[in-house]
Amino acid sequence: MLRIDHLGHRYDDGPDVLQDIELTVPEGQLVTLVGPSGCGKSTLLRCVAGLVRPSAGRITLDGEVVDGVPDRLGVVFQDYSRSLFPWLTVRENVALPLRRRGLPRAQRHAAAVAMLEQVGLADAARRHPWQLSGGMQQRVALARALAARPALLLMDEPFGALDAQTREDLEDLLLRLHRAQGMTTVLVTHDIDESVYVADRVVVLAPGPGRVRADLPVALPADRDQIATRGLPEFIALRTEVGRAVRQGTATPPPRPLGHL
Amino acid sequence: MTASATLHTVRRLPRTLALRLGVPVVAVVLWQLAARAHGSVFFPTPARIVEHGYHLWFSGPAGRAFLTDAAVRDLLPSLGRVLAGFALAAAGGIVLGLALGRSRTVYALCDPVLQFARAVPPPALVPVFVVVFDLGTPMQLASIVFGAIWPVLINTAEGVRGIDPLRLDVAATVRMRPAERIVLLYLPAALPRIFAGLRLSLSLSLILMVFSELLPGTADGMGFQLTDAQTRSDLLTVWAVMVLLGALGHLLNSVLLTVERLALGRHHAAHRS
Ligand SMILES: Nc1ncnc2c1ncn2[C@@H]1O[C@H](COP(=O)(O)OP(=O)(O)OP(=O)(O)O)[C@@H](O)[C@H]1O
Ligand SMILES: [Mg+2]
Repeated sequence: MLRIDHLGHRYDDGPDVLQDIELTVPEGQLVTLVGPSGCGKSTLLRCVAGLVRPSAGRITLDGEVVDGVPDRLGVVFQDYSRSLFPWLTVRENVALPLRRRGLPRAQRHAAAVAMLEQVGLADAARRHPWQLSGGMQQRVALARALAARPALLLMDEPFGALDAQTREDLEDLLLRLHRAQGMTTVLVTHDIDESVYVADRVVVLAPGPGRVRADLPVALPADRDQIATRGLPEFIALRTEVGRAVRQGTATPPPRPLGHL
Repeated sequence: MTASATLHTVRRLPRTLALRLGVPVVAVVLWQLAARAHGSVFFPTPARIVEHGYHLWFSGPAGRAFLTDAAVRDLLPSLGRVLAGFALAAAGGIVLGLALGRSRTVYALCDPVLQFARAVPPPALVPVFVVVFDLGTPMQLASIVFGAIWPVLINTAEGVRGIDPLRLDVAATVRMRPAERIVLLYLPAALPRIFAGLRLSLSLSLILMVFSELLPGTADGMGFQLTDAQTRSDLLTVWAVMVLLGALGHLLNSVLLTVERLALGRHHAAHRS
């Protein structure tokens, strides 16, 4: 279980980026985080990952205070081409988090290949990341994040740089892996449809400083289907609600009457 | 490289070779003709220089790889010095560069000293080493190492400093240990810069090798042979040593470039495409 308590953050002497964030994610839940650009989504995720030390409040993971990168954590970044190491093979990239598990080399490789099988890339194990398409690279990044069976998976706009078809494939892959491994997951996205489609729950952040504006449960059937689920009235209603919450306060004012000119 | 690109390169090979060899061949032929026409003892023809060098160094017994006594006395010590000096400078530069590049603060503190040390023309330091060390190999090695270490050191540090912050985040989230970070992230990421530094260091090593052997008190090496032949007005030997130094420099550089291509080719193909 992930608990975020009165979390606040500012970078150096800058303005507050996050203020008094309260959020509890039960074990195994998949939460999506949406909000306008610059509202602090990445900052929140980096605090949870232990990459940024928050200036106020605290984060606990299964009762332990997060202070530095937690033990059982997987992270997927948006920019797969930079996040994968080009000088390592796909298999070596995926095996990176297994080193800390103290496994011998052969077992690391076997576990990495098994993980690659789950993302449909067993054949690419010996290739280099730059020999793969963008979608395949992000699958590798996902396999790396999950190879050590993390209790918590954090994803920062993981599918934002992919084309629509590939994005849908990867959303379904994430749902499948989430069901198989049951890791608590926090996914940041710009895509409101995506935030509803993959989630058990959608949290909307408001900007300046970032705080929780809406916290919406997703009451859709657990079996999601790209065509059928997106056509459900509940899906459309929820998507509208999320969209409204994201835009609230940032809507452009109506045009002024021409007579004033 | 794709198959068709390989084929393309192979087809163009004769042309490339002709272009690359053509100019040097023409230059040597012109040199030969000009020297023969002029007939000066100060400018012997390339044919005579090569012949002289061959008799001097490479006409020895087959069991000793055709090396003559003079070659063993003059070439091997020089080769040993330049290789040992370059190896020490490379190893020291990479280790210190890694240490400096990892910490922003340490780098900022050391930067002025580094810039100063780098700005001193290396040969100017040699007299200092003559005083500190005894004449001979220790002094010569110290001159090479201290003169040639800076390009590797600074390039390695810059390479490490320039690592994509996202990659550092990845290293943190997969919880790499410090030693793993060096082997799996810092070194491979800085490798192109490290090789750029090594190429500069290699040519500096060669220059410093010759320079340190020119000093009085040296009794062997190519630099010594150069001054020795000059005092005896043996211009043919002076020319032969110069040609041999050029060939040696070219050879060492080609070896380094090949190593670089092998080391970077596979890992960094993404950056070149
Ligand atoms: N390293 C940093 N130093 C200083 N300020 C930062 C830093 N990182 C982010 N900020 C600032 O904090 C605020 C929130 O940034 P953050 O990246 O968390 O937003 P975001 O919600 O992820 O935006 P986006 O949707 O565009 O990715 C922004 O105003 C940004 O300028
Ligand atoms: Mg962001």
